Amino acid sequence: MKNISAVAGVVIKELYRRKDFYVLFIVTILICLVMASVNIYNDAHIVRYLKEICLDLIWLASLVIAITTTARQIPAERENRTLLPLLAKPLTRVQLILGKFMGCWLACGLALLCFYLFFGALSASREHEWPLLNYFQAGMLHWFMLGIIVAFALLGSLIFAAPSSNSTICFVIIGGILFVARHLDQVALTLGEPLRTIVYWLYFMIPHLELFDVRDLVVHNWPLIPWTYFGLALLYAAFYMGIFLIGARLVFRRKAVN
Amino acid sequence: MTAILRTEKLRVEYRSREMRQATKVALRGLDLEVGAGEIFGFLGPNGAGKTTTMNVLLGFVPPTSGAAYLFGIDVRQPIARQRIGYLPELTYYYKFLTAEELLRFYAKIFGLTRAESNRRIPELLKLVELEHAAKRPIKSYSKGMQQRVGLAQALINNPDLLVLDEPTSGLDPLGRMKVREIIQRLKNEGKTVFFSSHELGEVESVCDRVAIIHQGELKAIGRVAEITGTHANLEKAFLEIIGYQMQPAS
Repeated sequence: MKNISAVAGVVIKELYRRKDFYVLFIVTILICLVMASVNIYNDAHIVRYLKEICLDLIWLASLVIAITTTARQIPAERENRTLLPLLAKPLTRVQLILGKFMGCWLACGLALLCFYLFFGALSASREHEWPLLNYFQAGMLHWFMLGIIVAFALLGSLIFAAPSSNSTICFVIIGGILFVARHLDQVALTLGEPLRTIVYWLYFMIPHLELFDVRDLVVHNWPLIPWTYFGLALLYAAFYMGIFLIGARLVFRRKAVN
Repeated sequence: MTAILRTEKLRVEYRSREMRQATKVALRGLDLEVGAGEIFGFLGPNGAGKTTTMNVLLGFVPPTSGAAYLFGIDVRQPIARQRIGYLPELTYYYKFLTAEELLRFYAKIFGLTRAESNRRIPELLKLVELEHAAKRPIKSYSKGMQQRVGLAQALINNPDLLVLDEPTSGLDPLGRMKVREIIQRLKNEGKTVFFSSHELGEVESVCDRVAIIHQGELKAIGRVAEITGTHANLEKAFLEIIGYQMQPAS
């Protein structure tokens, strides 16, 4: 555990010392501030639309942080050859993967915390209420979804040598899952065999990231998700994180590092 | 002699990803033994298999056949690397960390306590003459300073065996002298140093024994005086062993 936390600590340090994170953070906050200051036709309900747009921005920013941060971890270590002195120490490859995963996931969590605190404060200033439990559920589910994405991007970074190709592939696949995955079962019904079975198989195999999109909880202040379902969703995310991390371990186990 | 580092019939093949290209054999049954307290020079022309041997010893590359041991432990087990220090050739350390943070990170991996780290890190920074730059990010370091940070990280756990891959590569004469001094100092402390180099003069001056490898095969091994034999120096002996024919001046 000590080794994992040491590797994770370096990943987090890298994130907050790199300027691109601050640029993304400031741009998102500025856009949110501008949106929050808009008052169209004196319509009180407009704040809901603005909240939705601001949350879209936060989602996009968090996806960019999760994928770009994770995608470069192992390739950058290989390119700069820092992987060599690291693996020459009593650090196993599994510990390295887990350390990288924990670092990236925690970094995403810190970024999300900043975004949600800012967003919550901004909404509260307009609506004069701050349903903390709604924010907690939405934020946690969002964070666990990012955990799946981080594990997936980490696996990708061991298969594709260049961070850019890995990032692009991750964005396409994650975007595809978020926008299309929920409709795959409907698509399967319209297809003949064997395509139907393949699409059904795909529908049940892929992680359904859209399940974690509960923005309505904070946009429309919907009632809380029952805690059992909430816990099951976190378990579902943990299962997929585990699958992708095991995949990363298998790919990295015998890979020559030179 | 207690063997600290040992390889047995070590063979490494790199399979080509392209169908038409043949498998490349990097090491062909290498047998090597390095004893405790020795400074051992590992020589060979570029592509001879020096770095591949080190990569196997450090667990970066799995051997195709044969075995390698550090302190009698199979190199595939991470515990085999507990008592070694390694300086790779041309490494760029985490640019966003300071030298002190980098050493603290590696100390944590070796399981050093905070008190041990607090004592060891300033000692090492002093040894490699980087105390003045300890709190500066590594991205602001010159190449020589980066190499010295590398040497400091290799010594963080006070290793019994130091593996150095061309430690003086790219350094100016002053930097080379510093590295030689540190190697000599480690020898005086009873440490074992296994290092590869193209600087044969340097090898001649600091090594107890040398091995010469060419095209993945061990060509010669022994004390520097034995290898040099009747030749004027180690360089002449090296060239003859690897089969280099001097062209007559026209």
